[in-house]
Amino acid sequence: MTAMALAITACGTPLLASAIAPALGGDARRSILCLLLAISGLSAMIGGIQGLLTEPTSLILPLGLPWLPMHFRVDGLSAFFLLVIGTLLLPVAIYSQGYLKGEKRLGALAVFLPLFVLGMLGVVIADDAFTFMLFWEMMSVSSYFLVTFEHERLENRKAGFIYLLMAHLAGLLILGGFAVLYAASGSFEFSVMRAAHLFPFWATAAFLLVAFGFGTKAGVVPMHGWLPDAHPVAPSNVSALMSGIMLKVAVFGFLRVVWDLIGPGDFQWWWGALVLTAGSASAVSGVLFALQQHDLKRLLAYHSIENIGIILIGLGLGMLLAHFGHPLLAALGLIAGLYHTINHALFKGLLFMGAGAVLHVTGTRDMETMGGLIHRMPATALFFLVACVSISALPPFNGFVSEWLTFQTALMAPQLGGALLTAIVPFSAAMLALAGALAAACFVKVFGVVFLGHARSEHVAGAHEVDGWMKLGMAIPALLCLLLGLLPVMFIPLMDAIPASLLHVSLGAHLYEHGWLWLTPVDATHASYSAPVALAGMLGVGGLVYWWLHPKGCRIRRGALWSCGNPHIHARMQYNATAFSQPLRRIFAGVLRPEEHIHVERPAHKLLTRRVRYTVHVGDPAVRHLYQPLARLTLGLAKRVRHEHQRGIHAYLAWTFATILFLLVAFA
Amino acid sequence: MNAFLIQFLQAVLLIVLAPLAAGFVATCKARLQNRRGGGVMQPWRNLRKLIAKEVVMAEHASWIFRFAPYVVFTATVMAASCVPAVLVNTPLSLTADVIALVALLALARFFLALAGMDIGTAFGGMGASREMTFSALAEPAMLMSVFVLSLSAHSTNLTTMINHALNAPLVLQPSLAFALAAMVMIAIAENGRIPIDNPTTHLELTMIHEAMILEYSGRHLALMEWAAMIKLLLFATLLIDLFLPWGMATDAGILALTLALALWVAKLFGLLLMLALAETGLAKMRLFEAPEYLSGAFVIAFLGLLTHYMLEVGA
Repeated sequence: MTAMALAITACGTPLLASAIAPALGGDARRSILCLLLAISGLSAMIGGIQGLLTEPTSLILPLGLPWLPMHFRVDGLSAFFLLVIGTLLLPVAIYSQGYLKGEKRLGALAVFLPLFVLGMLGVVIADDAFTFMLFWEMMSVSSYFLVTFEHERLENRKAGFIYLLMAHLAGLLILGGFAVLYAASGSFEFSVMRAAHLFPFWATAAFLLVAFGFGTKAGVVPMHGWLPDAHPVAPSNVSALMSGIMLKVAVFGFLRVVWDLIGPGDFQWWWGALVLTAGSASAVSGVLFALQQHDLKRLLAYHSIENIGIILIGLGLGMLLAHFGHPLLAALGLIAGLYHTINHALFKGLLFMGAGAVLHVTGTRDMETMGGLIHRMPATALFFLVACVSISALPPFNGFVSEWLTFQTALMAPQLGGALLTAIVPFSAAMLALAGALAAACFVKVFGVVFLGHARSEHVAGAHEVDGWMKLGMAIPALLCLLLGLLPVMFIPLMDAIPASLLHVSLGAHLYEHGWLWLTPVDATHASYSAPVALAGMLGVGGLVYWWLHPKGCRIRRGALWSCGNPHIHARMQYNATAFSQPLRRIFAGVLRPEEHIHVERPAHKLLTRRVRYTVHVGDPAVRHLYQPLARLTLGLAKRVRHEHQRGIHAYLAWTFATILFLLVAFA
Repeated sequence: MNAFLIQFLQAVLLIVLAPLAAGFVATCKARLQNRRGGGVMQPWRNLRKLIAKEVVMAEHASWIFRFAPYVVFTATVMAASCVPAVLVNTPLSLTADVIALVALLALARFFLALAGMDIGTAFGGMGASREMTFSALAEPAMLMSVFVLSLSAHSTNLTTMINHALNAPLVLQPSLAFALAAMVMIAIAENGRIPIDNPTTHLELTMIHEAMILEYSGRHLALMEWAAMIKLLLFATLLIDLFLPWGMATDAGILALTLALALWVAKLFGLLLMLALAETGLAKMRLFEAPEYLSGAFVIAFLGLLTHYMLEVGA
């Protein structure tokens, strides 16, 4: 089958699922839903790989508006994102088979989960603005119903409302961007928009509109306020898809409109600088706020902001370098961003699935009540550890490869002219380094508090391992994290179609001039990295040392913990999540602005303390300084025009007349 | 093949010499403090004793706790074997450039901190929290100062960077001074030396490294201690490589290698003596002053980067 046929299959199966699954009952509904989603994921994956290897294919379906049939096209960019979606959708579908077992209210999920998947797939292969927006809105609206899945809780409804609002604000901005491109080209079709010449002013207007639109949807600082509320409250398999793929679909939209439709020829120098700054800000503030969370899924949601920031650093560097006429280096930045896109989809999907497994078994997202789960859930712990190491950008896993490529892009960037630009490139490299190191600190905290040590509550102490479906669903991305980390030289040439079509250059043979073992972005004297050799070396040294240190019959004796002579060790004496991040909270107090309260109970005498209670709250400045003022402003304006609604019919008629008059004058 | 052999010998040399270097610092410090000290061989004797001893492990320690010493040791050894000590053009330098080197050390630290969290004592978590906090500031600072050098060498490959430094004319580059200052500060912090952490303490509320490995015993402890010693030697060698590479052998001739080895040992003596002097003269910092020290290093390194772009690229 061709890539297009596979992509259409991938879109068709979720549609089928949303039609059949609600009609069925009980276990059959869950199995059909998961099976069809798995087929969809598999065909998206194969279609993506095929699309990357073959020439672009198009398809026109006579659906939709009479004068505008739906255009679809699978080119390198959409094939890559099909691959990203498929690679995560398949394991998530397998995982859902176990995760949704015993879920009473499958009805809403069975309708909206497939529609959500269909929306994302449709956006990626759309070839006209109308189709794009149709699927985009399908994705946004159906995910609203998934966010408010547990709608009986007030905070979920609230999170869902803000999510819907922001998604539509984003949609409006993107629509505006397409309107500008339509005005310049006179057609909704992407092929015409791509060919049309844009005046710099209109190009800038379109860029700003779509950058803020897609940026809001991707959770870029400072528009990110909706994200940490919305992602955690959805069911965990949906959270995995939302964080793993939906944010990437926004990245895809940005690439499609800015890199493809507007094109690198129209880039202005400050576009790249803007994207780079937004990326650096997202990367660092995302991880800083993540460190201060003790709700496991909320913490992971903040990390999505960080990783979107890292992707944007790569893309922003690419935009700067493309503007200043270094297409080869720009291609490297683009590849770095895209590689991080698929990496993040894998490890963040895995992390959310692991968090879902923990939530499924213990019934809580609060890290302060967890601990010691590695003894009760050994497989989940192992997969979660792989994801933690990957997201912390440590070799030999995949996160390191993409961050390494981003660093290489930043370091190879020549002087670009102007003091501001000169400073911004090393600054972004510094922020990337800071974000990476902070992420490692954060994931030591997550893994240490959730899986290591002693259980901090009864229900966590009684936890058990999850079933085979969920384990299999987590095993696949864990394995892929290792593979993508070990063999980047195999995967990056697959992505070469994208810079070839967008920038007309190919990284090609440079990457593996020293053979498949060594990744050499430009040439080997510049930089090279070989995960297989490093891993083989470590395994060799480790094996040798193990063999040397284990002479016959040496055993390990188990003893009690050393407790400084205190006979009573309590699980609450352990460092918990809040305690772990206390030093960083203190260092970055200027950014985080924690609200700390210490309450001391001394009922008998002022020297006899019975109990000390420490509470801390770290609010999100985006909500405080952007969302709330905007909400107040909107409400204030609404209050002013409110009395107009209560006038009589003559006032309404007067308004209608005035509007018609205005339109006549304006468009006559 | 010859190069591979030298590479191998060089790595073994670093690993075997590491306890001696630690012993040398300890002896120098002892003499400076009017003590006799245990002698240069004492760390080796300690390691031998630990390896022979039985391992006692906390009751519910998980496999992470047993696995961590091996990860810490192998990652550190791998990092050390990528750093040229005597011969510049080593085949393994293709495997890991400086960024990968920093990341390998970060991998070791990640598992060290996890092992600290695994046993579930207050000390373990305390050590892990502090170690990760300080390294979150130290690691980017180290990358920044390395980047200063990579930018002038147009490479992150250590061999290329050293060759560039060897062949470059002796001009005073202000950015290098910034990079050197930051790198020295980071080397001290990363190795848990005074004024950030005291390597000789075993029970103090402000300890960092020791707090994480408090529950280790026997061969596990030996691996952890040894890895820490290798790391000290690694940082010293890295400082020599990046800032004082003169005399390193560029080809595998016997004469050049002998000269390079002698010079490397001499430079090491100098650096370690300076460390001993500094540790004797300085007092340990308060724990919450350490972030200021580290962010100072970060800012200095970043200034170095800016200086390079502003003053040296165009010129």
